Amino acid sequence: MGEKIIKLPDVGEGVAEAELVEWHVKVGDIVREDMVLAAVMTGKATVEIPSPVEGEVTFRHGEIGDVIATGTVILKIRVAGEDGESEAEPHVEVPPQASASQSVPSSSPEVKGQSEPVAERSKPEPVQSTAAQAAPAKSAATSGSGRGSVTGQGVPRAEGEKPLATPAVRLRAKDAGIDLRQVSGSGPAGRITHEDLDTFLSRDSGGAVVAGLQPNKSVNEVKVVGLRRRIAEKMALAKSRIPHITYVEEVDMTALEELRGRMNGTQKPGRPKLTILPFLMRAIVKAIAEQPGINAIYDDEAGIIRQFGGVHIGIAAQTPSGLVVPVVKHAEARDIFDCAREVARLSDAAKSGTAQREELSGSTITISSLGAMGGIVSTPVINHPEVAIIGVNKMAIRPHWDGTQFVPRKMMNLSSSFDHRVIDGWDAATFVQRLKSLLETPALIFVDE
Amino acid sequence: MKEITCKLLVIGAGPGGYICAIRAGQLGVDTVIVEMAKPGGTCLNIGCIPSKALIHAADDFHKTVAMAAGKNAMGIRAENPKIDLAKNMAWKDGITGRLTNGVSGLLKKAGVKIVVGRAKFRDGKTVAVETETGEQIIRAENIVIATGSVPVDLPALPFGGKVISSTGALSLSEVPQKLAVVGAGYIGLELGMAFAKLGSKVTIVEALDRILPLYDTSLTQPVSKRLAALGIEVLLGTKVKGMSSNGDALLAETGEGEEKRIAADKVLVTIGRKPLTEGWGREELELDMVGRFLRIDEQCRTSMRGIYAIGDVTGEPMLAHRAMAQGEMVAEIVSGKRRSWDKRAIPAVCFTDPEIVSVGLSPDEARAGGREVKIGQFPFAANGRAMTLSSEEGFVRVVARADNHLVLGIQAVGAGVSELSAAFTLAVEMGARLEDIAGTIHAHPTQSEGFAEAAMKALGHALHV
Repeated sequence: MGEKIIKLPDVGEGVAEAELVEWHVKVGDIVREDMVLAAVMTGKATVEIPSPVEGEVTFRHGEIGDVIATGTVILKIRVAGEDGESEAEPHVEVPPQASASQSVPSSSPEVKGQSEPVAERSKPEPVQSTAAQAAPAKSAATSGSGRGSVTGQGVPRAEGEKPLATPAVRLRAKDAGIDLRQVSGSGPAGRITHEDLDTFLSRDSGGAVVAGLQPNKSVNEVKVVGLRRRIAEKMALAKSRIPHITYVEEVDMTALEELRGRMNGTQKPGRPKLTILPFLMRAIVKAIAEQPGINAIYDDEAGIIRQFGGVHIGIAAQTPSGLVVPVVKHAEARDIFDCAREVARLSDAAKSGTAQREELSGSTITISSLGAMGGIVSTPVINHPEVAIIGVNKMAIRPHWDGTQFVPRKMMNLSSSFDHRVIDGWDAATFVQRLKSLLETPALIFVDE
Repeated sequence: MKEITCKLLVIGAGPGGYICAIRAGQLGVDTVIVEMAKPGGTCLNIGCIPSKALIHAADDFHKTVAMAAGKNAMGIRAENPKIDLAKNMAWKDGITGRLTNGVSGLLKKAGVKIVVGRAKFRDGKTVAVETETGEQIIRAENIVIATGSVPVDLPALPFGGKVISSTGALSLSEVPQKLAVVGAGYIGLELGMAFAKLGSKVTIVEALDRILPLYDTSLTQPVSKRLAALGIEVLLGTKVKGMSSNGDALLAETGEGEEKRIAADKVLVTIGRKPLTEGWGREELELDMVGRFLRIDEQCRTSMRGIYAIGDVTGEPMLAHRAMAQGEMVAEIVSGKRRSWDKRAIPAVCFTDPEIVSVGLSPDEARAGGREVKIGQFPFAANGRAMTLSSEEGFVRVVARADNHLVLGIQAVGAGVSELSAAFTLAVEMGARLEDIAGTIHAHPTQSEGFAEAAMKALGHALHV
């Protein structure tokens, strides 16, 4: 009998650590070769770790939500017919399953390695030789509060288990005549706190609560892990570092909608159905040609704005696991149909979780659209470290004064945010006005002026 | 003599009894305490305190002897050290005297009436005390039985002459040349090691096949090592037969049936203690028993209304601090407060060399029932303070639940670890998790750093191992 040691593999891009997001096996499980053992998430993607061997899991390290250093032993598998220990770095197809948060792009394709986002750069570099010891530390420290492992408020104690409370709490309960077995504990390890006692006491004294409507004092704790955490970190980063200026303008989409209807009506085989999105993308390409400063990322630590020739448009998309941003690369080199095809393909991939990592990073400007849920106005959060995001609001028929009378027009608002550190209000307004004129006179999108 | 009527009568002024009386007095309960000897009980007079005094003296003497023998690594030299055991005993008696006087003073300050004499129940509400000046009848609403325990003797080795109990050992005026100790529990080992350090040739005879059966072997192993280093012979699995006919040796039989003749000037019998359930009129009452002990509930109530029992007479562990906590609780109950026994941990300390402290569950106890546990053990060999104390033997061990890291037990073995019992017990009592201990700054350089390190070890990130 031998033992196969499975270490957290290098999931690519020189990422030194990854967050454990799924366990598919537990100690005692029999695994087959290539069976998925676990899934980890880097800043960019979710990567599944397959089993290199067949055998029985004898050791498992780390809890969901733990950040584990590359090279840390995460599993041991007892293998029949082999002697001694052997290490295995499972073959990982990076990334078989990828998903990423809104603000994924860490570097543009052209300047790889020079413009990594601050969040990643500031992470401590794990020392390789001690990674194995250092990482369990983190994991163990957090696993107590990990999802499903901690008894939070309202979680019933196991039968016969004594309630956990400090002597001071116990004394107070005694004095008040409370049996602590009836009190749920919200503290660590299900410890009953003074606050829990307060809650219990107030509920007790309010014994005359009318049947029917009852105050619900339950608190459901949900650990923020995986994609949700990525999104949270990126949003906090964007909002804390970037002074946003948001500019809202209404656009008369009547002409564009008419054109779009015709183009979709005279469909040729192989041509995709057009939504508003490809028109907007082409309009952005046009507008950027005049204002290259909008298509940029701002490395504020280095004090450099990188303006890109290529227009890589991130399309914020909602997926079952959260917000991801697939990227249409080089929109300047795609015609409107190509843009439409690429958007459709990427959003399908993102929703099914099969988007490749490079398809989820490297944007230089982002479009945020909630479609029918778009509302009247939004305040989009810039996809850090970009400098602009174009938000699309809901289109609706509204009365419009044409100088002599009110006419029904298909109106739509664009709510766009800019990094005010590097883009002045004037420039932002100019950019949005340019988009407005292009969309209101869609022929301009297709001609070289 | 005029009858005394009171709300609370405490029988026995040992640690449990006197604490109960003081607390009751503080709470304004009209309290009387009866003691047939000196206040403080076994603990202050013939137990904990005097034995620790002897152990301390033996340690100092032993170190000085080592200095004289040129075996001191720190470069300290001494010449021809001697111990005057009679003077040592006088010093020890001075300590116990001050403490017992202190207890008397505290009782008086709390307004407790002290009656000296032997108490005997007449019925469930009445006690007669034989005092120097005659019989004193005391009627009480509530009575607390705190009669304690006494050493167990062996039928083959009745106390008397060469055969002494721990009480006798603590009042010797000369160091016996050859001392045989029967029983390798904590009392036998503490005293046996102390006398070995004072110069006795000590042999310990134990019927079981291990020493200190209350502690797991990893905790007792450093003690075994030290026993050997002190030249103490430990005969395990050996049964005592009695004294030789001429009375100069202890006869025993090993597990293999081999006869052993252990020459001894004194034979110290420390095979345990038994609750004192006779001699105070238990026969007049209808008290339920659990084995040798009085049965009590979680409020220390016996089977009779108004009669409570605390301390050694109520069961294991027979420890002063358990009795004290019970006594305090009963006083509060009698005063009308709602109280019940809710302690999570009762620390146990063994003042052997090295010391052992244990709080809560051992690893095996914690695993019972299939619970998954995390265990962190930190050796003092990796602790700077332990090195400067020339006592690198031992470790701190933390046992916690694997699922939520709740600390279930903490043990340590090493020089001076008895003082760590405070931190250990507080952690368990407060419901600490491993992260709470690991996240607390422990002063450097102290042995207590080993506590945080053990917790970190259990979490997988000890820093110094």
